[in-house]
Amino acid sequence: MTKVLMKGNEALSEAAIRAGCVHFFGYPITPQTEVPEYLVKRLPEVGGVFVQAESEIASIHMVYGAAGMGIKCLTSSSSPGISLMAEGISYIAACELPCVIINIMRAGPGLGGILPAQSDYFQATKGHGHGDYQLIVLAPSSVQEAVDHMLLAFELAERWRNPVMICADGMIGQMMEPVEFPVAGRGEPMAENDWSLGGNEGRERRIVNSLHLSPEDLNDHNIALKAKYDKIAEEEVRHEVYGAGDDAEVLVVAFGTVARIVKSVVDDLADEGLKVKLFRPVTLRPFPYDALRGAAEALPPSGRVLTVEMSMGQMVEDVQLAVLGRRPVEFQGCAGGIVPSPKELARRLRSMVIGAAAEEPIAANSRS
Amino acid sequence: MNGATNVLMAGFGGQGMLLAGKLLAQAAMNEGLAVSWLPSYGPEMRGGTANVIVCLSPHDIGSPIVDHPLALLAMNRPSLDKFAPRVAPGGLIVVNKTLIEVDAERIDCTVIEVPSRELASAAGTDRAANIVMLGAYVGATGVLPEPAVEQAIASELKGKKQQWIPANLAAFAAGLALGREAAATPVSAASSDNNGSSES
Repeated sequence: MTKVLMKGNEALSEAAIRAGCVHFFGYPITPQTEVPEYLVKRLPEVGGVFVQAESEIASIHMVYGAAGMGIKCLTSSSSPGISLMAEGISYIAACELPCVIINIMRAGPGLGGILPAQSDYFQATKGHGHGDYQLIVLAPSSVQEAVDHMLLAFELAERWRNPVMICADGMIGQMMEPVEFPVAGRGEPMAENDWSLGGNEGRERRIVNSLHLSPEDLNDHNIALKAKYDKIAEEEVRHEVYGAGDDAEVLVVAFGTVARIVKSVVDDLADEGLKVKLFRPVTLRPFPYDALRGAAEALPPSGRVLTVEMSMGQMVEDVQLAVLGRRPVEFQGCAGGIVPSPKELARRLRSMVIGAAAEEPIAANSRS
Repeated sequence: MNGATNVLMAGFGGQGMLLAGKLLAQAAMNEGLAVSWLPSYGPEMRGGTANVIVCLSPHDIGSPIVDHPLALLAMNRPSLDKFAPRVAPGGLIVVNKTLIEVDAERIDCTVIEVPSRELASAAGTDRAANIVMLGAYVGATGVLPEPAVEQAIASELKGKKQQWIPANLAAFAAGLALGREAAATPVSAASSDNNGSSES
């Protein structure tokens, strides 16, 4: 396999084709416009369908229709456009249809700005449309991982009959890095199934519908969905740990772009003899609560947890739920499209580690 | 290349700094290095400076954002004014002398002044000023073997653009020679004293 240099947005698009998706419905918005720009050229070459819809609301409902036909399909947008899709995503989740949604997050709220942000964490992970539903949310932290996540996203969407969101940000979308595509050519279409529409000649009639007027039916439906989400939480949770072993004094929790910046800082601080560990949720939903609690409990009694986000503090609420007060959880955030610099993170961590050491003289001696 | 390095390339939109960065990244990738190419895409590039940070490393790259780049290629005055103060002490600043008439004012850095458009014209096309700058950077640092960069340049020029390969390679060679010579003469900033061609 050879490596190619690609922007995150282009790599995600090509990976969708490799995953077998050749149906795209979307509407342009910075910083994800390279997705439709790439696919409008590529999809006709592989016999696919590209539709630039009249709005994001139309895009997601086209996805709803195509997914109902058992077709692997994709839409892509950035924060304000994803807000518009909320209604359609709720319907798709209600009907248990597989599809993939890309959110290349930009700074909000409102029209906000076009630079990177992570302030759609709540929106992505807490179900931003109405009703009791959950997405599976993947947060790549490099262009290669964006490719891997796209292939995984279609697999998970089909396995669980659930919408999957890839939550990246403007930096991952715009950055070029070398990538390898683990599979060649156009991937396989969706497997035969017992739920998709497309003409019922010779078989029972099927219905895709989110309306359940009987309260008992709707209650049962919600209970079944909940059982599915619980199973997803059990089987699909993913995370990565990076840096110092179990003697780390500070555990940093970060995802996506911020996590890779933290990796550099962890390395730099290790050179200074300061032990810091990164915990990176790879799936934002399901969130790795148990693994994170374990990592926090492995800290010395004086240890602390620092959550870093490009937001005013969203994932930090899940971090607190995971840690359950066993160690103090601190937060550092930024907004507006500002990306935390390695220097400012190193400064914060240095003061945290040295502060922690003051309460733990033995650790201070070993560091000298 | 022994360790990791990085360079910030900046200029007006259209001066080809994003492309110069892409060629460096492409060449480095072909040499088996890890690379990241992170462009500015915000409001600053709409009417101001377009810039890109390229990181090269034998290992995985953590942060693609660099507080203090080890090198700067400045195509225009706003880029030099904005970014020269951020270059790491002991770093390299390659200044486009065709458009920039002031000094970099960093006596702690190696400063190379490149008459990029003049050298590009002599090579066959003044549109290759960005390639001259890239050449000067590669010549001064030895960051990559020159054939790797030459191959990246040639592969970028496809179809009708193939006719521009010789001129671009000549432009690269001109920059390379200038960069090598400047690196061999360990003079910081002082190189501008001998170059009386600009200030008017």
